[in-house]
Amino acid sequence: MKILALLKRVPDTEAKILINQEGTGIKDEGIKYVINTYDEYAVEEGLRLKEKTGGTSTVTVVCAGPEEATELIRTALAMGADDAVHVCDKALERPDPFVIAAVLAKAIKAEGFDIIFCGKQAIDDDMGQIQSILAEMLDIPQVNVATAFELAADAKRATVRRRVEGGDEKVETSLPVIVSCEKGLNDPRYASLPGIMKAKKKEIRKKTLADLGFAQAPGDARSTILRWLPPQKSSGCTMVKAEETRDAVKELVRLLREEAKVV
Amino acid sequence: MANDILVFGEVRGGGIKKITKELIGAARRISTVAGGAIDTALIGAGARAAAEGLTGYGLRTIVVAEDEALARYSTEGYAAVLSDIVKRGAYSYIFLGATAMGRDLGPRVTARADGVMFSDCVDVRMEGNRCVARRPVYSGRAYVEIVRSGERPNFISIRPNNVAPAEPSGGSTPIEAHASNVMRDAIRAVVTEIFPLEGGRPDLTEADVIVTGGRAMKDKANFKILEDLADLLGAAVGASRAAVDAGFAPVAIQVGQTGKIVNPKLYIACGVSGAIQHLAGMRTSKVIVAINKDPNAPIFERATYGIVGDLFEVVPLLTEELKKVL
Ligand SMILES: Cc1cc2nc3c(=O)[nH]c(=O)nc-3n(C[C@H](O)[C@H](O)[C@H](O)COP(=O)(O)OP(=O)(O)OC[C@H]3O[C@@H](n4cnc5c(N)ncnc54)[C@H](O)[C@@H]3O)c2cc1C
Ligand SMILES: Nc1ncnc2c1ncn2[C@@H]1O[C@H](COP(=O)(O)O)[C@@H](O)[C@H]1O
Repeated sequence: MKILALLKRVPDTEAKILINQEGTGIKDEGIKYVINTYDEYAVEEGLRLKEKTGGTSTVTVVCAGPEEATELIRTALAMGADDAVHVCDKALERPDPFVIAAVLAKAIKAEGFDIIFCGKQAIDDDMGQIQSILAEMLDIPQVNVATAFELAADAKRATVRRRVEGGDEKVETSLPVIVSCEKGLNDPRYASLPGIMKAKKKEIRKKTLADLGFAQAPGDARSTILRWLPPQKSSGCTMVKAEETRDAVKELVRLLREEAKVV
Repeated sequence: MANDILVFGEVRGGGIKKITKELIGAARRISTVAGGAIDTALIGAGARAAAEGLTGYGLRTIVVAEDEALARYSTEGYAAVLSDIVKRGAYSYIFLGATAMGRDLGPRVTARADGVMFSDCVDVRMEGNRCVARRPVYSGRAYVEIVRSGERPNFISIRPNNVAPAEPSGGSTPIEAHASNVMRDAIRAVVTEIFPLEGGRPDLTEADVIVTGGRAMKDKANFKILEDLADLLGAAVGASRAAVDAGFAPVAIQVGQTGKIVNPKLYIACGVSGAIQHLAGMRTSKVIVAINKDPNAPIFERATYGIVGDLFEVVPLLTEELKKVL
């Protein structure tokens, strides 16, 4: 089986996000970058599927991102992925989901695949779009927000559990398919020391847009960001105090009913 | 440009999901300035019956599609129908809920319509002749205001509980059946079973009130005190990641960056420290109550009301005092 895992480089969840002076984006200084949380589940699920199917199965990491993403691709290789495709091109600096998807689709087609795992959303732009756009471009089914995955015995179908409001759905799908991963699907492994050593020798195939056959970035940006805004400051917390806890609770109930009017 | 808007409504149990009226509310904000008509599309079992509940809302048409092959949600089946409807109506804007369905369907239909989509928006308004959408990025650590470039169909998904629902405005709306030619056999990924969340409480993403427990709950059994309070308030119960990881609560109710993004009117955080990843999931709640024994817990920086104390004392008292007045 040819298994692909998509990987995006994003700021660490702890990173302090500040808007730059010009108001055109965020300040890059001091930000630590990591593998998108949900993409870790994707890499892990790919590795598990490879271990289950054995034989000639491989896991290839596919990433579109800057030069610096190499380090994170290596981490995924150290977890156990076999090789990687890294699309790295200046023209992708201001990413539009459709441009990224078109580029990824081209790279993915050139690779070939039976199944693609990716994250349910990138925790920087929080769009959650790439996987479904890709599914449309590749004309394959999609199963989003997966919490369990099982390949059928004939390796031509899979059963996926996905999270929706009020419960879970069981989805039966044919392969090839793209599955976007949710927390709870698995526990991503850490890279072992031997894994890290081995990763150094694994192949990362670097591609520019020209290598993929694009004369220029595919398509224009479909949107314009007018402005960046900081989150609204909270207006301050009213600490409810009293000698007796019961009196404080009584006062809280009064505030909730009369001031905030929420109960 | 006609600036017509399509609202993709959601049906459940033969009724209209709350998000539908919120989307109509958002659409009206745009159409009162930009002009253009608002249509609503309802797909799936019970769509026609549900449509009756929307006829007094100032819509031009309600389009319903409820063939056999659409009885249960499938990305491919719904995408086929919705793209048809979008194409036929040549809409400028298509509003969807940032719900499980809207998130799954939106980008796929956008791709088919060669459009542009803004996900998970918290606000829309007209600025000049453009519809500006505001959406959180970096898990709510910043926001962007964004517009489409050019005239592609603009899909906008809106978070539940963010926009005031439309009020009925009288009159009636024609309901029009859409004949789809979706073949069940052509759908490659199908839902074969649904497992409802136990407990019968409202879903976290739709709940008006949420009671959340953190690591301080110490044990699964202790969630009972939160459930008692939740049942009194008709609330959903949530948990921090620490509580989930410790096995006190199922992952399905985790709130935060890697859990559910929630937006209730009232969020009661019990024994939750207020880590940035937790805040990412609930910071837009209208009113936040924090109960924590540490006066320096970061949750108090986001909270509206705070009580410093032991949750095992405060929560049962809160239930008791609320019982007296509700
Ligand atoms: C990539 C990533 C993603 C994450 N995603 C999430 C997420 O989605 N959701 C999430 O919640 N976290 C998430 N986290 C974890 C987050 O960083 C925190 O570790 C977690 O939120 C802490 O949970 P807590 O507040 O329950 O526990 P703690 O931080 O341990 O806080 C417990 C609090 O309870 C108080 N307390 C103790 N006993 C009592 C008592 N008897 N009465 C009252 N108060 C008491 C303490 O003073 C303390 O403030 C994520 C972390 C990472 C790295
Ligand atoms: N530049 C990229 N390179 C590889 N995969 C990506 C890239 N951007 C997004 N993805 C994948 O698509 C998912 C959804 O991304 P997004 O639509 O940006 O929220 C992510 O979790 C990744 O798995």
